[in-house]
Formats: sequence, structure tokens, C-alpha cells
Amino acid sequence: MSRVKTLQALFKRYRRPGDIVFAWVILIIAIALLSQIWAQTAYRSGTPLFAQPRFWPAVSLIGMAGFAAFHLLGSALSDRLEGRWREVILWLSSLEYAGWFIVYAMVVPILGYLPTTVIFAVSLAIRVGYRSRFTLLSAGAAALVIVVLFKSLLQVRLPAGQIYQYLPDGLRQFMLTYF
Amino acid sequence: MQDLLSGAAMLARWDVLVALLVGSIGGVIIGAIPGVGPAVAIAILLPATFAFDPIVGLTVLLGIYGSSMYGGAIPAILINTPGTAVNALTSYDGYPMTKAGEAHRALSLAYSASFWGGLFGILCLILLSPVLALVAPLFGSREIFLAALLGIILVILAHRGQIFAAGLLAMFGIFLQTVGLDAVTYTSRYTFGLSFLSSGVNLIVVVLGLFALSQAFFLLTAPDESPDAAPVAGKLTAGLRELMGHKRVATVSSSFGVLLGMIPGTGEFTAQFMSYTYAQKTSKDPDKFGKGSPEGLIASEAANNAVPAAAMIPLLALGIPGEALTAMMLSVFYVHNVIPGPQLFQNNIDLVYALYLALIILNVLVLVFLLFSTNLLTKIIRVPTRFLGVMILLLSFVGVYSLRNSLTDCMIAAGFGVLGLILKRLNLPIVPIILGMVLGGIMEVKLRSALPRLNGLLDMIERPIAMVIFAMILIVIGLHIRTLIREYRAHAPDEDHDLHDTQQR
Repeated sequence: MSRVKTLQALFKRYRRPGDIVFAWVILIIAIALLSQIWAQTAYRSGTPLFAQPRFWPAVSLIGMAGFAAFHLLGSALSDRLEGRWREVILWLSSLEYAGWFIVYAMVVPILGYLPTTVIFAVSLAIRVGYRSRFTLLSAGAAALVIVVLFKSLLQVRLPAGQIYQYLPDGLRQFMLTYF
Repeated sequence: MQDLLSGAAMLARWDVLVALLVGSIGGVIIGAIPGVGPAVAIAILLPATFAFDPIVGLTVLLGIYGSSMYGGAIPAILINTPGTAVNALTSYDGYPMTKAGEAHRALSLAYSASFWGGLFGILCLILLSPVLALVAPLFGSREIFLAALLGIILVILAHRGQIFAAGLLAMFGIFLQTVGLDAVTYTSRYTFGLSFLSSGVNLIVVVLGLFALSQAFFLLTAPDESPDAAPVAGKLTAGLRELMGHKRVATVSSSFGVLLGMIPGTGEFTAQFMSYTYAQKTSKDPDKFGKGSPEGLIASEAANNAVPAAAMIPLLALGIPGEALTAMMLSVFYVHNVIPGPQLFQNNIDLVYALYLALIILNVLVLVFLLFSTNLLTKIIRVPTRFLGVMILLLSFVGVYSLRNSLTDCMIAAGFGVLGLILKRLNLPIVPIILGMVLGGIMEVKLRSALPRLNGLLDMIERPIAMVIFAMILIVIGLHIRTLIREYRAHAPDEDHDLHDTQQR
């Protein structure tokens, strides 16, 4: 745990590798959005400026582009930090887990919440490097606890699986309601 | 008095008491695990609480908010890693005490000081409530607009060294809340012809992406770790007696927590630091600070635990959240059509008192729980970080999908999750986006409703409170410029630190 001695230092944040890539991307996005202001917002004649539907998007995007330009300038004028592209690759690698999350969300309405959650927890645990039986069983058990807590007990609105339709009568209703 | 009793009656229900128990104990556990913090937990649980009564939902969230700092002290003291951002200074003196074989003394002092700070904060609020009830109705549209503007400025300026980044993220947040159909003119804004954007970008989806999913991605992409904290031996009640010898430090620190907790964006850090500095300056043994001083530990913990109660003031009295956790709680109020602000103190003062009483009960519950279960928590801390990442991903799905059963929401949340990961890796703040969304919405609505009564821009500040807030805006900006000039002249060397890394969980 590093130490700080003044209030100014306590609040201060420091640059990390990849900062300039972020600065460029965010500036381009801000300018691209700002360039669409005429097409994507309306102007109502007779309405005061501050009540125009275009007013707040314009204020926020001009502010965003301005701050982004200064942020880029700050990054460009600062010492270069090593490891820029290694950092960008790490950002991109997170897209894999975003994909896992979206696939999980797509499969739940088909396979059902309980089976998908258990399969997903164990598979993801294997994917991130766990191999011991204890950890994989723990992942499955934790998934079961989550399902019981949120779906069975708290009755949170989550879809029932289409696959449950093929279960025998008594079990089908039970699974549709609780899992 | 009748309102206080009526508030107590609201709490005397089994579901509220269960919510208090779950929230307070859950909050301690979440605070104690270094990879997950109250923001992640509140984001995940938020949609689930919409189905409950407002008092039940708010009690769970308040429980997590109020108790996470108690839990956060455990890893700060035992393994030098603060469980939550506001426990940062606790590790300064707590960890040296652990190294000197006084872990139980440090923990019991931290619990006692937290309890003192928590209760002091709530008692101040109960006493302040009648004053707030008088002042809050004086806030009209223009005053609330200016207060929200002050909030945005403070949040940007609080991120020193990254002000431009904080500014662009706050502006991005303001922009996000404008997307969709404009509620007054019924014109589309930045929908790009996509029907799912017509209803706008949902705050909860953004919050879940930025706080919960991003933390899952962060843990899954980082090397696996398993923090190891040794069990603690010794009586944990001893700190209560020792605290009595440092009542002055505990009380002054709690007062800093209450006063500064009300200020958006900056409260908790400033309160902690000022209390610590005060304790050091007035101590008989100032050299011991940073090497295991009980006074330093008390100052840090008493100050940070007084903050949650104080942070509720701008939220309840004006409907203006000062940081991410209260911004999330605001959505619970909105879902149940209870609008925080001046009217809340006039029409639902019993709810306000019920929340204060809930805070008192949760402080007692947490203290009792911790006195008996600290060693159990030292085992929970050892959960491997990637395993934690898998669990956060599973739980995030419950939060996002239960909102509207929408796959599109999951995709948007995943997108914000990646953005959140990038921001966390870059040591950039997430909070300005959330506050930009919430405060931007407030500013737009309040400015529009103030317009018919304004003949010119100067009318905006003609009323006394509006003028005071405007003067505060000018003072804040002026002080910031002055600090920048002084810093530039002083050429102070940079001291790189990672204190803010824990702020985003």
C-alpha cells in the first residue's frame, strides 16, 4: 500500500499505459457524435434556447470533445509509458468474457436458468484455469445457491427454459416455477 | 416525536428486519473481500429490490452501504489491502499493528471507532432533520439546478491529475441521459433509427456494466490471487474500552465525516484525511502515526463510518446524490414513485426517520456480528480472485436480465463492462459517468421548469439560496485555480499511488 502525505496527493490520479490510445478513441467518438447533432436532434422554432431538445446533447458533446482534446494533449505531452499495446490487447481480451456473458444470456431462455448457470459456472472456471475437483464442485455449488436464492426464493423475474416443456407433467410445472 | 415513532413502526416488520440482517451482514462480507465492494453488490441487487416495498429495498441497500466499511477494515488491517476505498488510511496504522502482533487490538479499535462514527453521524442527522425540513422547501427548480451543477463541478475537480478525463466522462454521462425520446418535445435524440434506443439508455444497465461486469472482466483478465489473512487471537471487545480513552479524536473525526460527507464527490476522502491530520497534530505521540498509532486508526475509521448517514442528506433533502452508491439508491426511490427532495421531508418524514433508525440498528447488528465472526471472515477473504470474477458474472446476469428480460440490455451492459474495465485499468474514474447521467437529467428537467419564471440569466441567482450556491461554484473553481498555481510554483514531486483502485468496486 503506497502512502500519500498531502490532501492534494491523496486526490491525485496518475496515468497508466494505454492512456493515449484511450484519449484518441474517445476524442474521435466525441467528434463523430457531435458531427451528427443536426441529423440526430431537432430544433423547435419559438422554443427558448435552454429548452431546445438539441441544447443538452450539444452542451454535453461540446464539453466532452473539449475535455477529450485537452486529455489527449496532456497525454501527448507527458512521458511515454511502456506497455501501451500490451495493455490494449488486454482490453480486447476482455471481449471474450463479454461474449461468454452474452452467450449465457442467450442460452438461459432455451436450456433454463438452473442448467445453464451450473454449466456456465463450471465451464468458465475451467476456462480461467481452475482444474481441481474442489474448485469446480464449488463453482457448481455456488451456481446452484445463486439459482435457489434468486429464482426459487426471491422469485426474481427470469425466464423458464424452453427445454422444460419436454419434462413430465409434475416436474415440468415445478421446474418452470422454481428453476 | 410522533414522526420518529411512526418511522419505528415502519421498521417493525419481519421483512424489513430480515432485509436489515441480510444487508448488514452481507455488506460486511462484501466489504471484507478485496475484489468486490459495495458498488458491485448494490448494482447487482438493485433490480431485485424493485419488487419489494421501498423501505425493504432501501434497507437492504443501506445495510450494504453502511456496513461495508466495517468489513473493509479487516483486509486493510490484516493484509494491507483496503476492502473499500474509504479504508485506505486504516491500513496506515492498522497493518503496522498487525505486524507488531496486535491484530486483534487494531481490529477491535477499528470496529469500536466505526461504531462510534456511525452512531454519531446518525444522531447528528436526527437532530438536523427538523432544520432540513425547514430549509429543503426553500429549494426551487433553479436552486436544485445550481446544486446539481455544483455537484458535477465538484466531482470533476475532485479527480486531481485526471480532471480532463473526469470532465469528459461526466459529459459522456450527461450525453447518455439525453439519448432517446425527449419527454417534452417528443423528438428523437441520438437514436440512429434504432427502436431500442427510443426509451433511452437505462441507468441500471449502465451501472451494472460499469461496476459489476467490469469488475468481473477485471478479475478474469488479471492473474489469479488468493489473499491470505491469518486468524486473529484475543478478545475483540477490548477496543471499546480503549476507544473511551480517545473520545475526543473519535468525536472530532466523526464530525468531519458528517460535515464533509454531505459534499458530493469529495466527502469521504477529505473527511478521512482531515481527521487523520487533526489526530496527528493534536496527539501526544505524533511520531507513531503511520507506525501503528491507535489514534490514527480511530480517526480514519470514525470519519469514514460517519459518511453514509451524511451522504443521505443531499439525497433525501434535495434528491441530489453525491456519489455512485447514493445515485443507485435514487433509482429505488424513483421506481416506487417516492421522489426524494423537499417534498419528502414534508410528506414522508416517517420514511426518513425509518431510514435513520435502520442505520442505527444495522450498526449494532454489524458490531455484534463482527465481534463473533472475524475469524470466519478471514477465511472468506481467501476466495481466489478469478473464482470471484466468475461469480460476479453470474450475479450480474440476474441484475441485468431481471430488469426487463432483454438480451439487448445484456449486450449494452457487456459493452459498458468493457468500457469500465478500460477505465479501471487506466486508473480513471467511473463515478463521473453515473453522476453525469443522474445529475444531467436533474439539470435538464429543473432548468426547463425554471425557465418560464426567468426574464434573464441573472434572474437565475436572484434568490438568496441560489446566490449562495452560485457563490460556492465560483469559490470552488477559484480555489482550484489557486491550488494549481501554488502547486505549479512549488514543483512538488509526484507520488504515484493506487489508492483509487479500490474506489470502483
